[in-house]
Amino acid sequence: MAWTKKHLLDIESLTAEEIITVLDTARGFKAVGERAIKKVPALRGKTVVNLFVEPSTRTRISFELAAQRLSADIVNFSAEASSFKKGETLKDTALNLQALNADFIIIRHSASGAPHFLSRVLDAHVINAGDGAHAHPTQALLDCFTIRERKGRIAGLNVTILGDILYSRVARSDIWALTKLGAKVTLCGPSTLVPKSFEQMGCRVTHDVDEAIRDADIINLLRIQHERQRKTMFPSIGEYTQLFGLNKARLAKTKPDALIMHPGPINRGVEIDSEIADSGRSVILQQVTNGLAVRMAVLFLVNGGKVPADAAVN
Amino acid sequence: MPDTTVILDATAIQRALTRIAHEIAERNEHSAEVALVGIPVGGDHLAARLAKILSGIWNHAVPVGILDTAMHRDDLDHRVAPTVHPTDIPFDVTGKTVVLVDDVLFSGRTTRAAMDALNDFGRPKKIQLAVLIDRGHRELPIKADFIGKNVPTSLDEKISLLLTEASAAADEVILKKR
Repeated sequence: MAWTKKHLLDIESLTAEEIITVLDTARGFKAVGERAIKKVPALRGKTVVNLFVEPSTRTRISFELAAQRLSADIVNFSAEASSFKKGETLKDTALNLQALNADFIIIRHSASGAPHFLSRVLDAHVINAGDGAHAHPTQALLDCFTIRERKGRIAGLNVTILGDILYSRVARSDIWALTKLGAKVTLCGPSTLVPKSFEQMGCRVTHDVDEAIRDADIINLLRIQHERQRKTMFPSIGEYTQLFGLNKARLAKTKPDALIMHPGPINRGVEIDSEIADSGRSVILQQVTNGLAVRMAVLFLVNGGKVPADAAVN
Repeated sequence: MPDTTVILDATAIQRALTRIAHEIAERNEHSAEVALVGIPVGGDHLAARLAKILSGIWNHAVPVGILDTAMHRDDLDHRVAPTVHPTDIPFDVTGKTVVLVDDVLFSGRTTRAAMDALNDFGRPKKIQLAVLIDRGHRELPIKADFIGKNVPTSLDEKISLLLTEASAAADEVILKKR
């Protein structure tokens, strides 16, 4: 199916067919990364700006490498060393970047909706690299790519997302993508971090970890996002590990072919036992490899995306 | 209803491929150096069929690959992003005579993209071009070495192919007036 969107802002606004188009396209780009020459001329002469107002290492590097492998020029812009410190607004910063003829703005911001805002004020293609607790579309796409690659399908699979759901943009984007593609999603974690209201998104909510992972084909672990939480969400890290951490005893009660995923960074000994993270059941590093391919595919697709003159943005 | 003409039916396609295979064999003395690389969609099936015929002529297997050209196109800024097909070249192209196989030769731009893409995999000794249909209207200085059928067309006509990897009775090449 042809991709016609100019931006990638969230998963919610994508159709199942559009998600599949990204996954299919990423397959071709994954192969590029396995060649001796890992670069193609698709975005030659284009300028990509990594506008990371909130810190990130892996996503920023992944986008940086994706742009480079498509032959684009890339500029990194981080909050610490920028004019935000001098009081410039997001809009002014973005307009300045556009004045330098940036073709793509990849934005990570602590405020939900920041990428949507930029897409309304800029002519450049905007890609959301994570906004607040709202969305992290490329993470959901790479998760789907990894599941499809390992399991051959997504529809009908039981996917359990375990951890801090409330503050997680990864969880939200994963839920949108997985349910659109027909997976059965279960959410689990402390009741303060996994409210029942998530059932409105079409998934199941439980606070019993053993029950949540028993029939899972995929166990997707999420980090506790200390930076977004108030201190009172649960009593202690030790208690979290004891009640919800994935250890060998818990893993023994899951399906033998259930895959362990994690968007990173992992906290060994907190949400995941160190040995499990390094085991053959874990696809955490494959997710990183696939992330690069998915981001190349997204840049390639939105580059072609043309907005009809009379249509609203996105 | 658009006006349609069948240019080649299944028998004619197979006959054209057999003739192309013999021409490839005649042109290339060192059969062990020859590899076929098909351009999807269409050329990949034709390459597999040509390889089968050639291996019958030469009595040895002929390497076949698939090369997608989407990432090397020169019109990516002017169109909706093209479908990316898997590329699979399971041999070293360096030193080989690579015969690129495409279904229809038109502007020549796909061929240019294919040559560019192929160079990312190594340095072939020679690149040759085999096409089932040459419909004219070249925009680049490119010509085919092996042609199944020359079909003079006007720009408002469209050629569509129904091809399978194993030759099937339903295979055909159709010319449609828009």
